[in-house]
Amino acid sequence: MFGYYVQLGVRSLKRNPWLTALMVMAIGFGVAASMITYSVFRAISGNPIPEKSERLRVPQLDNWGPEHARALGEPAEALTYTDAIALWKAHQARMQTIFYEVTLSVIPEHGGSSVPFNMSGYAATGDFFRMFDVPFLYGSGWNQSDDEGHADVAVIGRDLNERLFKGANSVGREINLRGHSYRIVGVTDHWDPKPRYFDLFSMFTVNGIGDASQIYVPFSKAIDLKLDTGGRNSCGGASSLNAGWDGWLRGECVWISMWVQLDTPAEVERYRQYLRNYAEQMQQSGRFQWAPNVRLRNVTEWLDYEKVVPPESRISLVVALGFFGICLINTIGLLLAKFMRRAPEIGVRRALGASRREVYLQFLIEASTVGLAGGLLGVLLTTIGMFGVGLIFEPQIAKLAHLDVSLVVLTIVVAVLATVLAAFYPTWKAAQVQPAWQLKSN
Amino acid sequence: MMPQIKPILSALRRHKAGAVLIALQTALTLAIVCNALFIIQQRVAHLSAPSGIDEPNLLVIENTWADKLSKEDADAQLRADLAVLRQIPGVHDAVVSNAYPMRGSGWDQFITLTPDQTTAVGDPAVYLGDEHFIDTLGVKLIAGRNFRPDEVRPIANRESTMPPVTIVTKALADKLFPDGSALGKQIYAMSSTPTTIIGIVDLLQTQSLANWQMRSAYQSLIWPMRIVGNSYYILRAQPGQLAAVRQAAVKALYAQNRMRIINDDGVLDYTQVRQAAYDSDYGMAMLMGIICVVLLAITAAGIVGLTSFWVGQRRKQIGVRRALGATRHDILSYFMTENLLITVGGVIFGVALAIAMNLWLVTHFEMDRLSLIYLLVGVLLLLLLGQGAALAPAVRASRVSPIEATRSV
Repeated sequence: MFGYYVQLGVRSLKRNPWLTALMVMAIGFGVAASMITYSVFRAISGNPIPEKSERLRVPQLDNWGPEHARALGEPAEALTYTDAIALWKAHQARMQTIFYEVTLSVIPEHGGSSVPFNMSGYAATGDFFRMFDVPFLYGSGWNQSDDEGHADVAVIGRDLNERLFKGANSVGREINLRGHSYRIVGVTDHWDPKPRYFDLFSMFTVNGIGDASQIYVPFSKAIDLKLDTGGRNSCGGASSLNAGWDGWLRGECVWISMWVQLDTPAEVERYRQYLRNYAEQMQQSGRFQWAPNVRLRNVTEWLDYEKVVPPESRISLVVALGFFGICLINTIGLLLAKFMRRAPEIGVRRALGASRREVYLQFLIEASTVGLAGGLLGVLLTTIGMFGVGLIFEPQIAKLAHLDVSLVVLTIVVAVLATVLAAFYPTWKAAQVQPAWQLKSN
Repeated sequence: MMPQIKPILSALRRHKAGAVLIALQTALTLAIVCNALFIIQQRVAHLSAPSGIDEPNLLVIENTWADKLSKEDADAQLRADLAVLRQIPGVHDAVVSNAYPMRGSGWDQFITLTPDQTTAVGDPAVYLGDEHFIDTLGVKLIAGRNFRPDEVRPIANRESTMPPVTIVTKALADKLFPDGSALGKQIYAMSSTPTTIIGIVDLLQTQSLANWQMRSAYQSLIWPMRIVGNSYYILRAQPGQLAAVRQAAVKALYAQNRMRIINDDGVLDYTQVRQAAYDSDYGMAMLMGIICVVLLAITAAGIVGLTSFWVGQRRKQIGVRRALGATRHDILSYFMTENLLITVGGVIFGVALAIAMNLWLVTHFEMDRLSLIYLLVGVLLLLLLGQGAALAPAVRASRVSPIEATRSV
């Protein structure tokens, strides 16, 4: 019976091709618009580290006071050098890392034809690699004694390792960064979480998406070498023109990101209390003239607070869904017209003994063939649309949107389900057809 | 036409579902089209905002030194670079700065009028440049004077120097001193040493174009400083010479000193800068445009489809009416009026929906309130669309021959 109904459906669709084409196109366009915007939205709103997003947290404290807060009542998005060092040295969390973005010139060993080039990465403390689950090809990160010993060690990324050492195991080799020599202790595999949740503060790039970082050096060494931040800094009410490097370190400008790992709610509470105590001490010492104002956001809360998903993406998703909704209403109307035009046929079928159930089944199947055709058109349009995504969203974001199997399946499933849903009312109307009435008027 | 409304309404009651569907579709289309048109207008206004600089002839080169240089060495290199750049045939002028207009992000600085004031009066973008800055960017000096060469000092990153003089934009001058007395006044950049305003320039766009910075749009100030370290060379070519200058400049810089880094994507003309800065505006306007067009087409097609169905359903009745003396025009106006009634119903609901959708956008995305013009345009557009879509089926209905009345089907 099922196959027969599919056949009937296809035949009925062929009977008025214009109406059918209209429905298929409405569904195709609607589902494609939704899928294109959804694929972008999905790419940038995903949880970049699901297994740890509850445990990794950002300590924030208000060092500018309520008068200078850039966001109403919210503490700064990063820490001053003073606070970062104090919180890091206190080791109150299971793991903690402080870091800032650096852009360094890589100076190739044998002058010759190769010219120096810039690479960006982080000056970080050793826990960085374990906290963010950085994958290693060779070697590993450095440990706390390297941090404390201001060691000349570095971790480089896979791409830089390709470029300098043709992909060979370079652990133990030297690398010259901005005129200073470091011993390579590790080579990371490709690692580029999107969005780059751990560094939403300093990144200049769009919505936490940029090229994968390729260089990591110890925080303490970077400070010794006076490596300036390659990222953002924010000074609130403080002057950004401080008295030299020392003044910069002592000043109230924030430029260092910090993350802690806290595995249980009790640990989180304890750390929050520690932060409050620290701010209270600062208040007592006279540095802060206001009550402690601290935050301890986890990864998802942090992504939300930093507004990683650009408004364009949300608005276009909402508009596209509205568009799909209109297409479906359109489809309801057209299906209604189409089904009701066949009232005499239904009357005959019912009179010959078909139950309402049979009528339901027949028309829902017919509708789902429309949905399927719409879905296939949708896949085609989505594929074409993917090339156009670059015209609509920033290139960095557009790069993330891609058509994969799951999206194709989703497109077809959504198209069929939505069409079947839209067909419920017309089908119900069709099943209500009174056989006697239809036969009489004939 | 008036007397026809009653029979139309009672006929509509016979096919409520179809009428409601068309009205609903009209309403939703109106809501989306109004807001989409409004978004397009806002984005286009945003991206066509002038920058105040001589965009067609400007080139930006990002330069970093490969070696770690002392401030003195770096400054010497910098001056040598500038001398080389200003010598290139076709170059009108060149300057080194910390940033360039519409860069996407940059330096903003809280400004107060007294040293002990705690809340900022202005939050302008900060440009560092020497006495060539104004001429290079093509900014117009409208009051006061330019920097003198002896006022310009080198500055390294994180260095403390509060320059004694500054040039501000008119927008900033008006913000700080609304009475127009800015020239010669002292301002404070969150420090105890004052800076005197010696010149006012007309338009100079800020570095960031994000919402927070746009609250201080065009509020910029220039400090007489040569930034050593990571910096941008800005070149102004003579008209028509930009391509040649682009070719020559990077080569000349490497010839001057090869221990530097200039990335391929570190050389930009203003077509590229603008594109990068307004990418999302451009894309948004385009997406909304596409959606509007497709949406209107689909809604029109839907109306054509349903009206045709009704016409088909009522051929016999039409025949009877014609046989009883109704003219073709009567039939035509019947279907047109029917469509008008449905569309008006939809439009009324749609206006409410459009306002609701706009309010949602206002609360969630810092959008502006929808202006009435867009509602009016949207309403008119949909009424016309409805009438246009109903026309073909209505004409077909009017051609139904009275003979149909005698046929059994």
